[in-house]
Amino acid sequence: MKITPEIIDKHGIKPEEYKKIISLIEKKPNLLELGIFSAMWNEHCSYKSSKKYLKTLPTKNKKVIQGPGENAGVIDIEDNDAIVFKIESHNHPSFIEPYQGAATGVGGILRDVFTMGARPIATLNSIHFGSHEHPKTKNLLNGVVSGIGGYGNCMGIPTVGGEVKFDSSYNENILVNAMAVGLVKKNKIFYSKAKGTDQPVIYVGSKTGRDGIHGASMASAEFDKNAEAKKPTVQVGDPFTEKLLLEACLELMKDDSIISIQDMGAAGLTSSSVEMASKGNLGIEINLNKIPCREDKMTPYEMMLSESQERMLLILNSEKVENAKKIFIKWGLDFSVIGKTTNTKNLVLNFDGEEVANLPVNSLSNNVPIYDRKWKKNVTSIKKNLQIDFKSFKILESLKKILMSPNNAEKSWVWEQYDHTVMGDTIQKPGGDSAVIRIHGKNKGIAITVDSSAHYCLANPVAGGKQIVSEAWRNLISVGASPIAITNCLNFGNPEKDKIMGQFVECIDGISQACTYLDFPVVSGNVSFYNETQNKAILPTPTIGGVGLLKNLNTMMTKNIKEVGSYILVIGKTLGHLHQSEFLIEVVGIKDGPPPEVNLFNEKNNGLLVQALISKKLLNSVHDISSGGILIALSEMCISGNIGAKIKIPNDKIRPHEYLFGEDQSRYLIEVNEKNKNEVYKILEKNSIFYEMLGKTQKDSLVLDKEFNIKLNNLNKLNSFWFRNYFKEN
Amino acid sequence: MKSSVIVFPGSNCDRDVAVALEKFQIKNQMVWHDEINLPKSDLVVLPGGFSYGDYLRTGCIASKSRIINDVIKHAKNGGLVLGICNGFQILIETGLLSGVLLRNKKLRFLSKNVFLKVINVDNKFCLNYKKKDIIELPIAHNEGNYFASKEQIKKLEDKNLVAFKYCSEKGNINKSTNPNGSSNNIAGILNDQKNILGIMPHPERLIDPLLAGEDGSLMFKSLIKSL
Amino acid sequence: MKISATVTLKKEVLDPQGKVVSQTLKNMGYDSIVNVRQGKYFDIELNENDKEKAKKIAEEICKKLLTNVVIEDYTIDLK
Repeated sequence: MKITPEIIDKHGIKPEEYKKIISLIEKKPNLLELGIFSAMWNEHCSYKSSKKYLKTLPTKNKKVIQGPGENAGVIDIEDNDAIVFKIESHNHPSFIEPYQGAATGVGGILRDVFTMGARPIATLNSIHFGSHEHPKTKNLLNGVVSGIGGYGNCMGIPTVGGEVKFDSSYNENILVNAMAVGLVKKNKIFYSKAKGTDQPVIYVGSKTGRDGIHGASMASAEFDKNAEAKKPTVQVGDPFTEKLLLEACLELMKDDSIISIQDMGAAGLTSSSVEMASKGNLGIEINLNKIPCREDKMTPYEMMLSESQERMLLILNSEKVENAKKIFIKWGLDFSVIGKTTNTKNLVLNFDGEEVANLPVNSLSNNVPIYDRKWKKNVTSIKKNLQIDFKSFKILESLKKILMSPNNAEKSWVWEQYDHTVMGDTIQKPGGDSAVIRIHGKNKGIAITVDSSAHYCLANPVAGGKQIVSEAWRNLISVGASPIAITNCLNFGNPEKDKIMGQFVECIDGISQACTYLDFPVVSGNVSFYNETQNKAILPTPTIGGVGLLKNLNTMMTKNIKEVGSYILVIGKTLGHLHQSEFLIEVVGIKDGPPPEVNLFNEKNNGLLVQALISKKLLNSVHDISSGGILIALSEMCISGNIGAKIKIPNDKIRPHEYLFGEDQSRYLIEVNEKNKNEVYKILEKNSIFYEMLGKTQKDSLVLDKEFNIKLNNLNKLNSFWFRNYFKEN
Repeated sequence: MKSSVIVFPGSNCDRDVAVALEKFQIKNQMVWHDEINLPKSDLVVLPGGFSYGDYLRTGCIASKSRIINDVIKHAKNGGLVLGICNGFQILIETGLLSGVLLRNKKLRFLSKNVFLKVINVDNKFCLNYKKKDIIELPIAHNEGNYFASKEQIKKLEDKNLVAFKYCSEKGNINKSTNPNGSSNNIAGILNDQKNILGIMPHPERLIDPLLAGEDGSLMFKSLIKSL
Repeated sequence: MKISATVTLKKEVLDPQGKVVSQTLKNMGYDSIVNVRQGKYFDIELNENDKEKAKKIAEEICKKLLTNVVIEDYTIDLK
């Protein structure tokens, strides 16, 4: 078939890229080869627009076993245990079919984790929708939550944390970022690097169909006799098959049969075979007649580009093939020897006795162009003096408005649809600062959190990037964990626009600064570009998934107030930064201005101090202060503990609204009882940590001296109103 | 005491229940659904999860497994059988327990802790729960809505075969304390001989102070006590 | 007027339920089973006597609600 400029264009390949392809392979590609390039050279697989900057992120510390470049990142949590984790996006498919898009997103990230030999022990997710008033939002929200639950619950893996955010910039481009965490023994980690020539390459899992083949369906260029033009097919997830695949893989991984293993995700068989060969500096030869197919008369093009789910590619020791086959047959899965590794360093595909493709592996992996896209520095609006009549915004009414807003409302409507206690090791459930999962059979655990601050990142990408890493770090500290590393999902608009590319470059700069200072490196992640429709881009949304270690679960901390008559202290200085705060955005309606700056010195010192107080068992409860400021954080502590407080603002140099709703960073609220109070003061003063007394806990109501008195029952009702009302389930 | 936990393709809570059984010194074996013979057991447990993905009808395909014949024999001989969540659904599909488990009334999966009133302590599963004891256990299901004809429900109540009902913290049984629309707030039932118990909540998930509850332990302790 | 609507997955969309039902039937000894696809059936009663109008309404409700047009097809039968 003649390759015309239109066909090249429909494959998403630019003319300069096509020229480069020809020079790399020293021939003109046929249609199948062109399809393979279109898959491997697209943004999602190649990271061509982002690689230059991703390389600047810190990726190492003493506890990192595996950084970016594998299926997932791996960190050491002592005692021969390691944690495998990653976050990934599935944005565009979720907008088209929210249930299946979200479900297959969960499925994909789980495979990335268990392909390394780790049993998944938790999932989390960060989902962003358009304005709640937008006509599509309700269905999308419902579909995505059902899809995440439908897949995760069926797999029997607890979904223990997440966030749900609304902003009109996501109206036509929702975000679904799914994170998975798995447990593995340090000496039993499996990698995707192919080793040794003439080793059998094996396909396991579900059969291959025409799922996910897009782009004018070049497959339609090859009609069969009963010609019905093959239309692009939405990927449908089958969590039951994935559960079988998980158990079969883990069973096989008990011995040393597997040389390398890779799941088939984006670009299916193409990306998995190329990546395995490329990492091992080998070639790979595949006989496409051996691919188990679900549909009739599938063409090589369709087989190589299919995104059918629940499939893995293995390279096994040749003597272990029969035993491996027995395991997969027992679990009811397809098992087919489809090819072998070679020393040619080429990807060779055969079909019906003929060679149908032959490409140097390097041209598809190492030699993909890396772009240095033009970018524009972001212009941050200067902090102006707020010309608002604060008196007209009553503090109690402002508090109520924030607690009732969709971004700040309590979200049990969402997480009660996720089984969060299966596997019997969920020590801290959704709703806290971080989820805590016990390491099975031991008394230690890991803390996990996922966060984003897109509006901060729009206002100032560098500050926003710093902030979001700091917030993740703080969330782990708040439950008594030692933060170890992060995974990141970088969701942005079109990188070919210099303004968007600038957001990306500057967010990475901020993330880098915070990760370096806090010794909190990036071990895995993914980039999702082109989240925009008709020139309207999403807010720049880097999502951070953080993991920390709790060496002893007996020192785990929670945020619910524990006793009446104890003291509430604020750790960290409040300057009263209101720009980009929930108060200014939700209550007053001002959306411009710079976000709060993170002072990394204070961030680290304050955090380490809180960590020390927790480990010395001097504190009753801890909650980090973030979205909404002190008053929101305190309300949350009171509601969850069903114990109130009486507080008085200790700072008369700034306005009450600035003190109560300011979103200055590096701060925590701590509850200390009478017995431990003096010891805590001693330690704070010895370490020169700024703190203030806010008030004392008491029964039944939250009281701000001379301002308001509200019963906790009411506060709780307001905070848990929004979601059930939105779905008319009150 | 010896137990067998049946593992179906898609079972998820098999490990959880094995951990609970072993914690209370019940000698346990995991038995694959495709085995013909059940090892000698005092107790057979059908665990929670999504056997066969809940496809066609929950529990339906699992109820046709090879091992089920031996499970039915064991039950007819008076052996103890405990079906938890998906296990309860499977017991219903085999006919060992009556009724049907439909979609939750609000058509959503629901994962939360609920209060239960122990209605019948006169059986080997509930000895440790004093009569009218109120306990808290987690539920996690999409099809927990117990339904049977009016006559069947009346029979269950009259013969005192309802084991647990959803209630409030204070023990009130009514519509507002019913999480899934179950007839009469039924959360668990027994068969006529009281050697088979099917329950929707998960006792195996609350056996540890770190998990903020130990009401599940009482059931396993009852079982050990009974033999 | 009574109308029935049958909703099925589009031809090449994965049907996990049908796959498992098919395998189970084979395991139960039904060797001649080749394939099973699972769908949904709706019985719709309308207060409308005109056949054409009824058909039009049925088409509309199939497209707007009963069918997920991204992955499903429907057929309508007037009884």
